[in-house]
Order: sequence, then structure tokens, then C-alpha cells
Amino acid sequence: MADLNVTIGDLKLKNPVTTASGTFAYGEEFKEFMDPGKLGGIFVKGLTLHNREGNPYPRMAETASGMLNSVGLQNKGVDHFIEEIFPRIKQFNTQIIANVNGSTIEDYIRVAEKLNGLGEMHAIELNISCPNVKEGGMAFGINPRSAREATEAVRKVYNKTLIVKLSPNVTDIAGMARIVEDAGADAVSLVNTFLGMAIDAEIRHPILSTVTGGLSGPCIKPLALRMVYDVYKAVSIPVIGMGGIMNAIDAIEFMLAGATAIQIGTANFTDPSVSLKVIDGITDYCKRHGVENIVELVGGLE
Amino acid sequence: MKRIQDFKVAGYTWLNRDSYLIELESEQDLPGIAPGNFAEIKVPGNPGVFLRRPFSIFDVDYDYRVLSIFIKIIGEGTRALGSLNQGQPVSLIYPLGNTFSIPEKGPVLIIAGGSGMAPFLLLGKKLKERSVNATYLLGGRTSEDLHMIETFSDYGQVFASTEDGSAGTQGVVTDHEVLKDKTLPFRMIYTCGPDPMMKAVARLARQRNIPCEASLEHMMACGFGACLCCVTETAEGKNVCVCTEGPVFNVKNLAWQI
Repeated sequence: MADLNVTIGDLKLKNPVTTASGTFAYGEEFKEFMDPGKLGGIFVKGLTLHNREGNPYPRMAETASGMLNSVGLQNKGVDHFIEEIFPRIKQFNTQIIANVNGSTIEDYIRVAEKLNGLGEMHAIELNISCPNVKEGGMAFGINPRSAREATEAVRKVYNKTLIVKLSPNVTDIAGMARIVEDAGADAVSLVNTFLGMAIDAEIRHPILSTVTGGLSGPCIKPLALRMVYDVYKAVSIPVIGMGGIMNAIDAIEFMLAGATAIQIGTANFTDPSVSLKVIDGITDYCKRHGVENIVELVGGLE
Repeated sequence: MKRIQDFKVAGYTWLNRDSYLIELESEQDLPGIAPGNFAEIKVPGNPGVFLRRPFSIFDVDYDYRVLSIFIKIIGEGTRALGSLNQGQPVSLIYPLGNTFSIPEKGPVLIIAGGSGMAPFLLLGKKLKERSVNATYLLGGRTSEDLHMIETFSDYGQVFASTEDGSAGTQGVVTDHEVLKDKTLPFRMIYTCGPDPMMKAVARLARQRNIPCEASLEHMMACGFGACLCCVTETAEGKNVCVCTEGPVFNVKNLAWQI
């Protein structure tokens, strides 16, 4: 059997299959469907400094081969996560990675500081790409200067593996990746959702309460794949790829485009056990192609 | 305990032009299903319908391992589910959601609007099992919508109202005479249907000081508390998932303006 171990900075994953923030809650919600301990890692639901109730309903609209959401980072705050949730989910035999959000640079710093002290967590994902919050979020990730500032500020207070999650809503994502690499990121993850909109023509009204939201699902896969490919060529840090992965072959495509690991997102909603099927499928692919070590596939286009 | 399970289409019962019961059979034993529970159904062979669709579980036969789901056609997904072949596999995630609370003693009143009667057959069975006397008030736009009067009459007295007067009393359910009799000692009112109807029922229940539980229908992506898309606001100003905290809520806990 192929060696599936991969390394992102100092973060060791037993396989490249992880679940994307906001699509896997804290993992516990999936226990009846699959064993979260088989995953390479879990990127948990986005954390903020304080409790957030998120945006009003409706915050979801189905689209052709995907969905829009505008949940708006609903969570009970980083302290609640550290005190109540993490002690339970750290029992899973997998890497738990927090997703860090803020309305200001100061927020990002304070959340990252709190997580820096968490012994059994070895990495955070800095989310400068959430399209569904009025302040902060994606605003940091679409402006080169604030992307640099946010990354540098968190780098100063977080001394384990720092992954920066990039927004696809930019003209030059490779340039943005170089900026956060230069600012101290150990890895980048991409893509977050594409800003989109859905309208109910019968009532002449936007479907989402926030008018716009983030598009995800298989409809974005070709766009995401191109971005992973461009970023892989532009930086020397590892790339974590995501965007519409529904099965093992999709995952392999992202790895061939340059991803060291992948995140499964929206597919978790339609098949909560899909991530384990992806691991099995990758193993099968390696066998069929005589791949002994999964890292051979990373950027392995011929 | 909730699970993903493959069923096969056993058959259909068409109730009117746009409503049907789909019967789904399984080779595996069924878990216990409580009134109010729902299933997330994957529409097979239809890539245009990306997400699963949540439906109340209408009826269950544990011996024959059959679930019956009431579906009203409102779009592409519900239309596609109405034209599957017998024996075609269908994936369900179920049983999801909470259940109704049942008082020690009756009588109770159940008010359903249109397809809102979907969770109430299992509730009716449970109430009968507990010897809680139940009265049903079924509302619809026309007599076409009132296809379940006979079914429910096995579980209590049934009243009906239609907006056009083609069956039962003419008007909306909240105008029905059964609600005007202030001496009726209902200990609980259950409701499911369009939002304005449920809110009108909730208002009436509050005026009469009767506890009221409503089963909400919200758009969902996952159905098991991961996506946080289907929220409703509570009286305390919190957003809670209809799929895991509900779909049944005591209306006093909701932020409804009533």
C-alpha cells in the first residue's frame, strides 16, 4: 500500500484528505456516519473572538451543481471552543486545525494567541477570505496590503504551522499567495468560496438575506483547479487545494495541479461519509498507477 | 441513531395532481422513528438537483421495512422523486430532528395546512397509543388538498376548512368554529403548514394560554447540524438549526412577531 503521509510545515497528516472549515462542523456531527479518526485532518468551523449569531435566514441557495451560503461565521467564540469543544474532539485520532477569523487585525491576533497555547493543536488556518461578514473577512484577503498585515501580525504571535486561506475573488491569486508566503505563512489553502448571487424571479427578490454569498460545490472545481495550479507554480510553501471535490479522482486532480493535501467541503453535506471514500479511492488510484508515495503526485502533471 | 441507508422504490400513491406518497423499502431493519422526524433524500440520477431534500416521515412499517414519505411537487427535485422506477435505489439520511412533546392527558388539537399534515400521522398514532384524545383540523385551498380526512379519522375527530369552500368550512383554519369554542380544554396545539398560518395558530394559542408546538420547514443543505444554513431565530436572539434543535419548536421559544 502506498505511503499516504504528507507534511504541511510542521503539521503531519497521515493522509492528504482533510475536511474544509464550515462544512464539517467540529467533526462530532459526523460520528454516526464515519470515523473522523481516519481523516488526515479536520479544519473546524470558523472561530471568532466573541460569539457570533451569523446572518439571518435564508442563508443558503442551491445552484446548478453547487450552493451559495451566507452563514456569516456563526460560532460561540474561541474561548468556548477551547474550553468546551476542543477537549472532546482532540480525542479523535486526527489533526484538528482551527480556522481563525476577525473583523480587525487585533481580533485575529487575539484569537491566534489563545490557540497558540493549545498543546495538541499544531496548526491554524488564517481565514482572510470569508465573503459573508460585513467587516473583515474577505476584505483582508482581496487587498494585498491588508493580507500582508494580517499574516505578519498573526505570524508574530503564532509559532506553529500557519496556513493562510486565500480568496478566489481576486485578479491575481498567485501574487496574493506570494505576498502571504513572504509575510510568514507556512502554507496556503485555496480556494474559499466565490462571491455569487441567486434571485427568485417569481418574487423579484434575492434569495439570500445578505443578497450575495459564497458559491461552492462541483460548479467551482475547474476554477479552483486552475488557481491551485497557478499558486503551486508561484510559491515554495505547500498548497492545500479545495473547491468542489466530490470524489477521489477530483482529489487526485488537485494534487496533480500542485496540492500537497486537499480539503473536502460541500460534498460532506450530500454524503457525510464521502471523505473516507476519497481516502479509499486515492489508495486504489495509487495501486493502479504504481504510486508508492503519495507525494509523487504533488504537481505531478506530465 | 441517524444513518445513511439505501432504500428501493416500492410504489407510489398519487393523492392529487401534485401530491403523492412514495413508499421506500429497505433490506435492513429500520431504526425507531419518532413523530416529527424527517429524512434527507438524495434525488437519484438528477445532477441538476445537487442537495438532498428534507421531508417529514409520514408513516413507517417496521415489519415490512417500509417508509412512506408525503411529497408535494414544488420544484425539480420533488417532481423527479415522483417519477422513479419501482426498485430504483434511493439514499436516505434519517431519522433526523426532534419530536413533539406529548402531554399526560388530552385533549389536544392538531392544525395542519396543506402538506403540513405530513408529520401528523405518526403523531396521531403515538397519541392514540398513549390514549391522548386528539382533534384534527385540516386546511387547504380547495377540496383537492384534503385527501387525508379519512386517514386521520382513524385517530380522532377531523374538521376541515378550505379557502374556496369546496370542502369543510369556507375560510382559513384559524377562523374555524372548533377554535371559537372557548370552553374546549385543549392541553396542547400542534401545527404545521405555511408560516403565516402557523403564526396565526401560535397567536391564538397564546391568547387562550394553550402550549403550542410548530414543526418548521426551512431550506437545508445537510440536515444534521453541519452547515448551519436552516436556522431560525429564538426568543433569546440566537440562531439555532431547525434540523437539530427542531424541526419541532414550542412557539414561545421562537422570535416570532405574533
